[in-house]
Amino acid sequence: MGFVDSEVSGGTHADQDALSVKIVVAGGFGVGKTTFVGAVSEIEPLRTEALMTEASTSVDDLSMLPEKRTTTVAMDFGRITLADDLVLYLFGTPGQNRFWFMWDDITRGAIGAVVLVDTRRLADCFGAIDYVEQRGIPFLVALNAFDGVQEHDAEDVRDALQVGPEVPFVVTDARERESVKTVLVTLVEHAMSLIQQA
Amino acid sequence: MATPDGRRVRPYLATRGRTRPVQDIAIEALVSTTSTGRSAGADPEPERERILRLCHSPRSVAEVAAIVSMPLGVARVLVADLETEGLVRVADPHAAYAGSSEPARNLSVLERVRDGLRRL
Ligand SMILES: Nc1nc2c(ncn2[C@@H]2O[C@H](COP(=O)(O)OP(=O)(O)O)[C@@H](O)[C@H]2O)c(=O)[nH]1
Ligand SMILES: [Mg+2]
Repeated sequence: MGFVDSEVSGGTHADQDALSVKIVVAGGFGVGKTTFVGAVSEIEPLRTEALMTEASTSVDDLSMLPEKRTTTVAMDFGRITLADDLVLYLFGTPGQNRFWFMWDDITRGAIGAVVLVDTRRLADCFGAIDYVEQRGIPFLVALNAFDGVQEHDAEDVRDALQVGPEVPFVVTDARERESVKTVLVTLVEHAMSLIQQA
Repeated sequence: MATPDGRRVRPYLATRGRTRPVQDIAIEALVSTTSTGRSAGADPEPERERILRLCHSPRSVAEVAAIVSMPLGVARVLVADLETEGLVRVADPHAAYAGSSEPARNLSVLERVRDGLRRL
């Protein structure tokens, strides 16, 4: 940690540590989360796994993990260095019910969440929306433009998802860097406006 | 896997009177090898050694887990151990902002993120 540094690292000060922040990219399997992350990440999206047992197991029990390890949940993530001292991570996370145990970890301290939606499989995003709504995590809904989704579809989807008028709805192409950038900027601005209103 | 025989697993990390659960290390917390860690000889445990070399440039806990191929929970324990021993520094964004607003709710941080994204 920063404040113990001067001794352990020979004069490196806390203010030289970069700040890292994160945005969560949520949605069902195949909706385009990894594609979205990869479109803006400066590294090939990396994959990390958490063990299903981690949530219910104290760290003391780690030595028992080999027997207990039954299911792993993978998340793909990317990194964007925004400045010398500012790094943004994007975590793509499956929004399935059996994965909620990971979500507290992934969303804690997040700027907000991009909920990616495939309009052909709308129900896949219900869980993610419920989760972020209940916890007051700033979010927007991004319709991934499979099969030529149009801007005007956004309002129909808003009705179907029953989210409030303050939640931004955008159409995106997760393969396009500029499109993904726009979605991220929109989310950050939304998070800012929520703070300004509070 | 990262739990060679005999390695201690500390459920809690105590540093200078500060105690926090290992699970509280944010997945985006940046880990960097300290000068002590750089000058120490090769660590006998391969996973620890890999982390120490990897974090010569700062990496998040999530990157450490992904690159060293270990589950997130295991990476957290190893990182916490190395931190306690002074071999790495962990710049945890939440801890850094303790007492003030967290970075994700800090307008000037968000402004910088927005502007940085626009410049990409
Ligand atoms: N047509 C189209 N295909 C996409 C788009 N985004 C992702 N895909 C494709 O959809 C598939 C699933 O995407 P992936 O990112 O792996 O989904 P994930 O499971 O949510 O991570 C891949 O074959 C992508 O190439 C998009 O915006 N338009
Ligand atoms: Mg994926």
